[in-house]
Amino acid sequence: MTDTTAAVVDEVARTSYGRLVAYLASVTGDLAAAEDALGDALVAALTTWPERGVPERPESWLLTAARRTLIDAGRRRDVARAALPALARAMEERSEQLSGGVISDDRLRLMFACAHPAIAPAMRSPLILQAVLGLDAARLAPAFLVAPTTMGQRLVRAKAKIRDARVPFRVPERHELPERLDAVLDAVYAAYGTGWDDVDGLDEARRGLVPEAIRLARLLAELLPDEPEAHGLLALVLHSHARHDARRDASGDYVPLAEQDVSLWSRELIAEAEAHLARAMTGGRIGPYQLQAAIQSLHNRRSATGKTHWPAIAQLYDGLVRLAPTTGTAVARAAAHREVEGAAAALLLLDELTGEIGDDAVAGYQPYWVLRALCEHELGRTTAPEAASRAVALTTSPRVAAHLRRTLGPGQGT
Amino acid sequence: MQYLILAAEDDAAFAARDDIERSAGYWESWQGYIAALTESGLLAGAGGLQPPWTASTVRVRDGRRTVQDGPYAETKEQLGGYFVIDAPDLDTALHWAERCPAAAYGSVEVRPLLPPPGA
Repeated sequence: MTDTTAAVVDEVARTSYGRLVAYLASVTGDLAAAEDALGDALVAALTTWPERGVPERPESWLLTAARRTLIDAGRRRDVARAALPALARAMEERSEQLSGGVISDDRLRLMFACAHPAIAPAMRSPLILQAVLGLDAARLAPAFLVAPTTMGQRLVRAKAKIRDARVPFRVPERHELPERLDAVLDAVYAAYGTGWDDVDGLDEARRGLVPEAIRLARLLAELLPDEPEAHGLLALVLHSHARHDARRDASGDYVPLAEQDVSLWSRELIAEAEAHLARAMTGGRIGPYQLQAAIQSLHNRRSATGKTHWPAIAQLYDGLVRLAPTTGTAVARAAAHREVEGAAAALLLLDELTGEIGDDAVAGYQPYWVLRALCEHELGRTTAPEAASRAVALTTSPRVAAHLRRTLGPGQGT
Repeated sequence: MQYLILAAEDDAAFAARDDIERSAGYWESWQGYIAALTESGLLAGAGGLQPPWTASTVRVRDGRRTVQDGPYAETKEQLGGYFVIDAPDLDTALHWAERCPAAAYGSVEVRPLLPPPGA
């Protein structure tokens, strides 16, 4: 009984967390207090629901409990006493809207508050991920390459700024969008990436991220229909997600893109992705997400043609590294050129990359070492075993590590 | 909610205040800004400051007072004036900071004021 209730609380927390925090924060202007109040409400649910049963509308129950906490906290702090009736009234109204299911764009307002130019650029995406998906500092820190304590302190400070400087919760005007949209798109894509990186499905908490990221990407494209990059991002995640069922074989082993059974790819998702990519292209403003979506579109065309048009993919990557140079893009570009011109050409591009950003910058980057190991293995270089063992050592998924050992020869990276 | 808009100016701007050729333009831009702020109904207080070389900085350590000639920090830009505005949110405050003349040649800092105790 308790286990089932815990599962229900878990499910509600996963599917509703972002919407509830967004709504509580946009009413109070205090993100940290909203998160705390919802946290308390979830704890209360864990003790109350097993005794009295799961309420008919769990979200409304959580909201009522969180609202009470927020109003009590407001009274205790003796802050804005005069504002309390207004706060209570606003929450009453919004609570009704919630049951009608019309508060979805509160999340958008929250994301744009986190992406405000007054927030440090490096903190915008982590802040969004924490606010909307409830990821804690320990989970966010590695993805943004800082220590967990540092990440924690920066998140606290950013939330205090939103509250104390009164950063507004609103969707920006058209002319303000370019400055703010990138952080929002990046956060949604990071949520998607953080989700399916985990191909073994070992981490329970991560699994909920993929559907949530796709929901958010749909929401962005729907609410910002004239933004090519919003459609680009949606096309990108849909194209990637279309291959979801083919990523593991019957025994649960990781299957790389080149070996995937294309009949398992979702035609519906591919078609939907193509429609959004076409829509994006009519905007006449090319951007990194549209280019990445176009690359995935070319990969997915294999399901119709049986072939992958690598020269076109390599060309799109050439454009992408110019538009948005990142280590990940540079490595993916080298991998595409390996398909077109061979391992030697790819190695040249990898050397070019380390020449630009230094050896240290790629020391912990798994895809770099996988590609280097593959190229050196193909060319019979004596350094190949070393690269292979680094690639395997950097792989967190045991199944992917097993795959690499098979591909890169026996005895590698044990 | 109140915000402090702090205008920081460099030596050239302070010199422009008394420069025969530049002073008219300098003061006109500030008068225009103050007029617009007044008309908006948001202005709650303001003050222009004499140049930084008129400043004295006081510190008390171990009960002893020291007075230093000049502002508390030697930086290229120094405080030239301030405005206190009543604004509903940061975006409104940033909008008025952007229109402040010093934004175009110096820098303008926006800080929320602490709420008055018991408010």
